[in-house]
Amino acid sequence: MPVTCNSSEILAAEERCARGVSVAIKKVSIAFGGRTVLENFDIEIPAGEFVAIVGRSGCGKSTLLRSVAGLETPQAGSITLGAVPASNMKPDVRVMFQDSRLLPWRRVLPNVMIGLEPALMPQARKVLAQVGLAERVNDWPATLSGGQRQRVALARALVHDPNLLLLDEPLGSLDALTRIEMQQLIEDIWRSRGFTAMLVTHDVAEAISLADRVILIEGGRVALDEVVNIPRPRTRGGARFAALEERILGRVLQRRPVVEDVPGKDQW
Amino acid sequence: MSERQKNPAVKPQLPPNVLAKRALPWAMPILLLIVWQWSSSTGILPSRFLPSPRAVVSSFIELSASGELWTHVRVSSLRALSGFVVGGGIGLLLGLLTASFHWAEVLLDTTIQMVRNIPPLALIPLVILWFGIDESAKLFLVSLGVFFPVYINTFHGIRSVDRGLLEMGRTYGLSGWSLYREIILPGALPSILVGVRFSLGLMWVILIVAETISARSGIGYMTMNAREFMQTDVMVVGILLYAILGKLADLLAKGLERYWLRWNPAYQTAR
Repeated sequence: MPVTCNSSEILAAEERCARGVSVAIKKVSIAFGGRTVLENFDIEIPAGEFVAIVGRSGCGKSTLLRSVAGLETPQAGSITLGAVPASNMKPDVRVMFQDSRLLPWRRVLPNVMIGLEPALMPQARKVLAQVGLAERVNDWPATLSGGQRQRVALARALVHDPNLLLLDEPLGSLDALTRIEMQQLIEDIWRSRGFTAMLVTHDVAEAISLADRVILIEGGRVALDEVVNIPRPRTRGGARFAALEERILGRVLQRRPVVEDVPGKDQW
Repeated sequence: MSERQKNPAVKPQLPPNVLAKRALPWAMPILLLIVWQWSSSTGILPSRFLPSPRAVVSSFIELSASGELWTHVRVSSLRALSGFVVGGGIGLLLGLLTASFHWAEVLLDTTIQMVRNIPPLALIPLVILWFGIDESAKLFLVSLGVFFPVYINTFHGIRSVDRGLLEMGRTYGLSGWSLYREIILPGALPSILVGVRFSLGLMWVILIVAETISARSGIGYMTMNAREFMQTDVMVVGILLYAILGKLADLLAKGLERYWLRWNPAYQTAR
């Protein structure tokens, strides 16, 4: 009997429903107008893993995510998604952007239902309830706060039950408290659904608290690939957490370019 | 915040200073009206120059009682609206076409931009030559005049649709017509409506001139006819009618904006 994905309860890692697909990025090179963003870039992500990609502004981490989403085409190399478990369907990939990108002329529920068959409306309502917005289904996006808008965007991505969820700094513009709440929500949903997740972020602490593995990109290459061996749920105050954060941050700051905008302006 | 919203319900009577603030914008027109009436009745302002407000009102009542006024209003409104529908419709379609397809832009936009710089009213001599002074002449002029604001704003609206939303739509499987209906058209709508409001204003301006120069009916004709007989009161009635009709057209456009753009906080009615 197949495991039904009940997202309301958090299952242990072993019992998680296996929805995720693996991602293989091989020798990918991307350049914009002669400037190389990624060069001979390789990473392998096993199905169901949560990977965080960190790095300075302009290091190519967003470009990497966008090319996995199919929004950019690499000049060389290949990006292959694995097969969907127990089916021969094309893997469903969803992106969550830094801005919520909700349609301002559609109310919350129709926004979640974009590209979805009308018959799946109950599903959309359920996911909205899951992100805590059951009461706001008939509101205009303009009346929501930034955090609520991102939650609608998350619901919009989740209603398709993706095999791969790409998160392009989705919490970058939120205040610190809302951010922690959203991280919790994303982690819970990821743990119960078991999709593969790629998170691009500036925030090393965010990367460590969510991801199985943190990858640092520098100059278009992998500079650090660190497995996070801290049991979940992770607390930020923990000694191992702090030590790992210290190490990754130290590595990021080590190769400080001579002329660049000062970190801390909008990154950390 | 909710306390403040409740306030008017608790105290329905406006405080005197609010009342004064509301009345203030009307003080000037009323004062002007009084001065106007006074100078007419004392003879300072001769009636062949400008009739008294009372004469204008009585002439309005007389004209509307005989039904003559309504015939002219109907004829003029019909001309204005049909010109608006034809010109605005073509402007909308061509704007959608040139903004959506590169080949259409290459083919048409330069020509349209050239023609745009000709004032429609400069064509009046040619138009009279082509169509005489019957309905098609007025229809042509009004259509031509309203075409450009709708065209340009439609083009601009489509081109300035948020790239991020388009990208999002594509990643969610929208393409072709569904992308158009869900994202491009609603995104361009605020701009299209700006074009509609511009062209509604232009619509009356062009019609007035066209009717004044060559017509056998309509408000412009009524006004010009009154000039022959020195009926200044009828002339003023005609001019005021244009003002009222223009205001009505603007209210209609505003209503459309409020309905279609109700998702946009900038267009929500202040309550």
